[in-house]
Formats: sequence, C-alpha cells, structure tokens
Amino acid sequence: MNKPLRRIAIFCGILILALLIRDNWLQYVRADELNSHKYNRRVEIERYAHERGDIIVDGKAITGSVETEDSDFTYKRVWKDGPLWAPVTGYSSQAFGSSQLENLEDGILTGNSDQLFFDRTLSMFTGDKKRGGNVVTTLNGDAQKAAFEGLGKKKGAVVALDPKTGAILALASTPSYDPSVFAGNSFKDSDDRQQLLKDKDKPMLNRALRETYPPGSTFKVVTAAAALENGLYDDIDAKTDSPLPWTLPQSTVQLKNEGSIPCKDASLREALRWSCNTVFGKISDDLGNQKMIEQTDKFGFNKEVFTPVRADASIYPEDNRPQNAMAGIGQASNRTTPLQMAMVAAAIANDGKLMDPYMVAERQAPNLDPVYTHEPEELSRALSGENAQKVQQMMETVVNDGTGTNAQIPGVTVGGKTGTAQHGLNNSEKPYAWFISYAKTDNGSPVAVAVVVEDGNANRDDISGGGLAAPIAKNVMKAVIDSKK
Amino acid sequence: MSVVTNTTTIGAIDAPSRRNTELALVIFAVAISVFAYANVGLALNGELPSGMLGYGAGLALLGGVAHLVVRRFAKYADPLLLPLATLLNGLGLALIWRLDQSERLLNHPNFAPAASKQLLFSAMGVALFVGVLILLKDHRILQRYTYISMVVALILLILPMFFPPQFGARIWITIPGIGSLQPGEFAKIVIAIFFSGYLMVKRDALALASRRFMGLYLPRGRDLGPILAIWAMSILILVFETDLGTSLLFFGMFVVMLYVATERTSWIVFGLTMSAVGAVGVASFEPHVQDRVTAWLDPFAGWGTHPASEQMAQVLMSFGSGGTLGTGLGQGHSDLILFAANTDFILATVGEELGLAGVMAFLLLYGLIIERGVRTALAARDPFGKLLAIGLSGAFAIQVFVVAGGVMGLIPLTGMTMPFLAAGGSSVLANWALIAILIRISDTARRPAPAPAPSTDAEMTQVVRP
Repeated sequence: MNKPLRRIAIFCGILILALLIRDNWLQYVRADELNSHKYNRRVEIERYAHERGDIIVDGKAITGSVETEDSDFTYKRVWKDGPLWAPVTGYSSQAFGSSQLENLEDGILTGNSDQLFFDRTLSMFTGDKKRGGNVVTTLNGDAQKAAFEGLGKKKGAVVALDPKTGAILALASTPSYDPSVFAGNSFKDSDDRQQLLKDKDKPMLNRALRETYPPGSTFKVVTAAAALENGLYDDIDAKTDSPLPWTLPQSTVQLKNEGSIPCKDASLREALRWSCNTVFGKISDDLGNQKMIEQTDKFGFNKEVFTPVRADASIYPEDNRPQNAMAGIGQASNRTTPLQMAMVAAAIANDGKLMDPYMVAERQAPNLDPVYTHEPEELSRALSGENAQKVQQMMETVVNDGTGTNAQIPGVTVGGKTGTAQHGLNNSEKPYAWFISYAKTDNGSPVAVAVVVEDGNANRDDISGGGLAAPIAKNVMKAVIDSKK
Repeated sequence: MSVVTNTTTIGAIDAPSRRNTELALVIFAVAISVFAYANVGLALNGELPSGMLGYGAGLALLGGVAHLVVRRFAKYADPLLLPLATLLNGLGLALIWRLDQSERLLNHPNFAPAASKQLLFSAMGVALFVGVLILLKDHRILQRYTYISMVVALILLILPMFFPPQFGARIWITIPGIGSLQPGEFAKIVIAIFFSGYLMVKRDALALASRRFMGLYLPRGRDLGPILAIWAMSILILVFETDLGTSLLFFGMFVVMLYVATERTSWIVFGLTMSAVGAVGVASFEPHVQDRVTAWLDPFAGWGTHPASEQMAQVLMSFGSGGTLGTGLGQGHSDLILFAANTDFILATVGEELGLAGVMAFLLLYGLIIERGVRTALAARDPFGKLLAIGLSGAFAIQVFVVAGGVMGLIPLTGMTMPFLAAGGSSVLANWALIAILIRISDTARRPAPAPAPSTDAEMTQVVRP
C-alpha cells in the first residue's frame, strides 16, 4: 500500500502548496489594492487615529481635534468658531467626508502628503506620534469677524482681498453653519446634517464663492474701465454722448434712471457718482458685446477661480444688442460671484494689476517647518495704470459725495461703488444690495471688498447698496487697516 | 537511551525514542505561545497581561503532562506531533484572547469572550489525549469495533437534527452545563475507524473481484454496497444539516482511503467525478451554497446588500491589510469581520496581525502535522494502522485546505474550524484525540521488533562435539 500512500503525500503537499501560493497572491500581490480598498474601514480608522493638523488664522488655530469615545475613530474635528469660519475651512466629517480647504489640504492635515515625506520618515526613526501638518491661511480674523457680524442675520456674503498680493482677507457667507455638529459619525450627526441640508436658507452654500448674483450697478465700474481701455472716452470729466431719455437698441423700451438725476451727457465721473443707467448702458452698446467680453475676461470673468477652493465662474455671456446694453449696468444675463467683484475692486485699487486670489499662505510640517509658501502671482493686466487711476478717482468721488458716503473712513481714502440688483421676474422679488470698495493709505491699498446682501426681511425701500452693504464694507476695511497699525 | 552495538545479524536494537527532542520542542512551543500572549497584552493594554503566569503555567502543565504520558505509554512515538499540537493550541489561545478584547466584537450580539472556555476545553482535550494513550494500548484493538463505530458515527451525525439550527446550520447539539458541541468533529475520527476496519477486510475483494466497465474496474455490489451506503447516508445527513465542509471532508477521506486500500487509480477518477456532480447538484438547489459561491466569485460586488459577500470581502481586506509582515498581534482590525471572527475566520486574524510570514508559518505547521501523519501511515506495519493513519491525516489535510482555502478565497467558503486554532470545544477535543491516535500508531510503527526468543535447536546444531 505504500505507492498510493506516497501519492497521497504528494497530494497533501499540493494542497498546502496551493494554500501557500494563494496566500502570497493575497497578501503580497494584492495587498496594496485590498489595503486601500474603498470599503476598507481601516483606511478611515487610520485617518482618524491621529490628530488632524490645524487651519491657522492670525497665528492661531481655528480648528482642533478632540478624542472621542463612542467609535473606532479616535479623533474628531472641531471648530473654535464654526459658523464664522465654515466658508473658509469647509467641513471634515467622519461620516460625510470633507469639503473645501479641509478636503483640498487633506494630505497636509492628515500628514499623508508627499510634501511631508521627509518629516514622516524622520518621525519613524525618532518614534514621534504621527500628526498632521498645519495650513496657514491669509485670512484676517478681525476683518472676518467684521464681515460676519456686519451681515448678521441677513443673507449675504463678503469677500475682502489684499489688492497687492491677491491674499483673501475675509470670506464670509451667511447664514452659516457649524461644521462641528456633524463632524462625528453618530445618528445625531446624521440628523443634524439632514437638518442643514433641508434648511431653505441653504446655510451650507458658500455664497462668497459658489453663488452668482446679478452684479447690478457695481458692474458700471467694469463698463467704465472698458470705455477707457477701448478709447471710447478719455477724460473722465468730459461730457459723454448720452441722450436722456435713451432707448435701448432694436427696441422701443426706454432705459430709466433711478429718480431724476443729472444724467444727460453726464461725464463718466458724474455718471458713476449718480449711477446713471443711461450713460453706462449706452457705453456697453457703443463698445459692443465682444469688447465687453474681452474686458470682463481681463478682470477674470468667464472661468472658474481656484483659491484653491473652487469658485464658480462669473459670466458675461455673448448676447444680443439690447441685452448687452443692459449687461453694461449689471442687469441682464451677466452674473458674478462676490469674489469676482472683489477682484474687480482689487485690480482697480492695484493700478490695474489683477492678482491671483489665494487663501493658503503656507503649509507647515507637524514640526511647524514650512513645506510650501505661496508666492503672489499676477493673473492678468485688467487695465492700464493710468486708466486704473482714473477709475479710482471716479470711485472715490462716489464715496466722497455720491451714493457711497456710508463707506467713508476718516483719514483714509476710500473708493467704492454701490449696486442694487433687481431680482426676480419684473423685479418682483427684493433686490440684492451690493457694494464694492477699496481703501487706500500712504502705502497703497491694503484691502478691497465686495459685499452682497440678499435681504428678504428689510423694508423694500431701504434696500440699497449704499444703505445696507456699504457700512459692512466700511467695517471690514477699517478692521484690516486697524490690524495693520 | 542506550544503543547496543549491533554485533549479531539479529539482535535487540534499542532504537532512539526521541523523547528528549519532543520535550525540547514542547518547551519551545509553550515559550512561543507565552510570548504571543505577552505580545497581545503589551499591544492592547500597554502592560504584561495579568493572566500571563497562569496561562503560561497552564499551557506548560498541559504540554508537560501530555509529554510525560507519551514518554511512559508511547515511548517510540513520533516526536513532532505533540509539540506541533501544543504550539497551535497555545497560539490559538493567544489569538482568541486577543479577539476577546475587541470592543467591536463585545458590542456584537452573537459574540462572547471565548479564551477561558477554550483553555478549559484544551485541558479536556489533553485529558482525552492522555486517556486515549493510556487506554488504547494498541491501535489494532479499534479494528474490533468496526461496525460499532459505524453505528456511533451515524448517531453522531443524526443527533444535531434534533436540535435547533444555529447560524443556518444544524451541526450543534446543546448539552446543559457544557454548551454546544459539534458531533461532526468526532464523527470524523469514528468514521475513519469504520472505513479502515471495513476496507482492511474487503480490500482484496474490492481491488480484484471487479468487472470492467468503460475502462474502469468496478467492484461487486456486495463488496462496495455497505460502505457506499454509509457514506451516502452521511453525506445526505450533512447536506440536510447544511454542513457542506464536513460532507466534503468525509467524501475526500473516503476516496483517499479507498484508493490507498485498493491501489486503483480509477477510484480517484471516480471520486473526482462524483464530487463534481455532487457539488454542482447541491449548489443548484441549496441557497446557502449559492450565496457562498456568489461571495467567492466577487466578494465586493455584494457589499452592503449581501452579508455573506460582505463578510468575505472583510476577510480579504483583513489579509490584504496584513501584508507581508502583518500589523503585529493586537494591532490589526480583523475584528471588523465580526461574526465568527474567532472561529471560522481566525486565520484572517493571523493574516492581518502576523502577515504573510505568519500565515505561511501556520500553514507549514499544519503541513508538518500532515506530513508526520502520512509518514506514520508509511511506517505502520499493519494495513489497519496504515489506513487509519492515512485516513486521519488525509482528513486533517482536507480540513485545513477547505478552511484555509475558503477563508483566503481560493475555494467557496464552508463553515469549518481551523484545527486547534479556532475557538470551539468539540474541535479542540476531537483534534487532540486525533493526534493521540496518530501518536499511538506511530509508536507501534516505530517500536523496535522484539528480540527473537533464543532457539534451543539452534544451539543444539551449533555445538558439534567430536
């Protein structure tokens, strides 16, 4: 019986060999694939096993990590002042993933980024506990607070930029939400998130970057810039060829002004001061759709902006003549984000140079050594320095004795433009109040702001860029100037 | 251990008993297990476990007692079998204790800590081992109980039918005070005894008195009938109890023993064909099996909808996450498998926490046990011993293959336990008994032939007086 026994021995050997080969296939060849499989909870467990790095504003962390007891995820994200900072940081939830900076800078915050390779290798030898790196933002805490408190219970958004660098100083959106409430993965977190998603005021919408509004009269600044750049008018104090009443081209509709303001053949400066629809509507028509598109392109319209958080593209579309004329006063199919209008104000304040907006100044390794520092970059030349200064003079007139007097700051030169964008069919809904502005000190301009307030509660007659939005812009600019002192 | 120089043609040669080798290996096995236990404690709680001394002493006591009994009652037994069983049992205890401390498992409704129970059953297993070695002076005695073992095997297999099914299979019986037992584990040994006894008697008839049919030699019905009937019955019972792993095990054991007994390759062909037909047949009507096959073909496809697939996917991810060297004992997340993590799927914990290296080491330990078993069969001088040894070690090999192959996704999963490693009282008891029988056969096989009695005639013829 020994011959079959030997064969059985070989058979048993083959069984064991098959298991060994399979094991090698599983644990060596397929190990990486299985280890990082999307269903592999270990990835998430590992992700929350260490303290996440922080997002820093003014040298202080606005985020944090707390240890939790109720699940296998050890650490949970918390925010120091959630609603204030949510439009900047986004959320990072154990159950619902992450968004915005928390998402884009995840590699640094978790410590898994390639940029931290040396740091990780080093701590492997020193035996340090794994930690995430920090993301240092460009934001200005005081300006952000001024913006958030200025908006208060009203719906709206504020963006403030440093015109010289493009650094984002404030990025507020109301109503806001506290990302801490659904940072965990309990049923309560899930319910609270559902509540936020169902809220008809859309608190999780980042209005500063992801909502486009009709820009209203604030767009006249762009139209004015286009007129100067294209040589349509040269002297901002010379009379323009602007009849009153003015009939829209290819139409019998007369374009109206708000109240009886001196707009007939008004100079550019006067037209902007009083916000003359007829003057700027006609300029847009005189230049034509193509030239208007070219000018808006230079201001950064018509494409998405990455700060690095993506902002929706602001649009100045191809359109027919009457619509193009209306778009010249920001009242047609052109729509902009608050960020875009802040970029317009910033480009003008920076003598025509449009800087690429950004909010990550530096990425730090867990030991606080910088691994990346942002260098300001010029995005485009929106208009010539000479023309930019002309527009500045016009905008300063608006604030000194025009519709924007509410934005005046004693001892500081402020330029601005109000806007009240009609909203809804036949202006049936309450309009949006806009204000864009910049402040100038002896060292150039430290801040440019765009404010939009979509206020459903205010008395209709009170809604105006000058009345609702300008005071907020003023406080934000003041906060930036004060913090520089 | 004295070796007498062989000066005559026939003499009493005191063959090496290798008992000291065995002792050294048992000490090694206990030491490794205690290290594993300490490792788990350090990883999970940051301190040496308080039960370490008790655990070490207990395991050393079990190994020591078993060794002393082998030294006394089976002097020439194979020296590897006992240390291998001790090592596997000891490491299994450490692994079970590690899973006992998983919060995730403790929150699961079907989970209860099993380490202390497993230790108790290990003690009972070693007691059974000792009992078998002391009571079973010669394995050939078992031959007398051929037909009794047939009856016992059938009773063991039918018993669970009278108990409620647990987790989709009717393979448990509940004894008050002891808990659940799987009689199938014991039936494995008893049926091997029956097969060996029957085949030893009938092997010539089966091999020679056969008709030629389509190129194959088929035995006469009256020779093959009884064994075929018993075998078919057990398979049927197991199918109704949805214990497919065990039915596969019985079938494989039957084919192996038949082949060894008759030395006819046609049995292998026969067996493979029948198992293929049987597998396809069962899979076509049994939803339990269909689930397993689906889970085997694409475990990730059924994520979130199919519990069987999801569990298989969890097991595979456990292996994948372990990688080459593993996360280290106590530092993995194999408890994500939840249900049956410490029984059917315990190899996944080995895979994750000890890695490819650890699993290969375990597979080789099993391979060694099988190899020693086959060697015992080769060395055995009587056909009954040969058949019993190959039956038991073949069954052991098939069980290891079916469980490990199932857990690693090589073949569809069937619920069975990894011998010695998995939590489960009947498994530990039965496998200790199995090792005891193998040790008994190997002792008989390696025992030196008794010295020939002095022949007076020889003396007479040699003395030539002038």
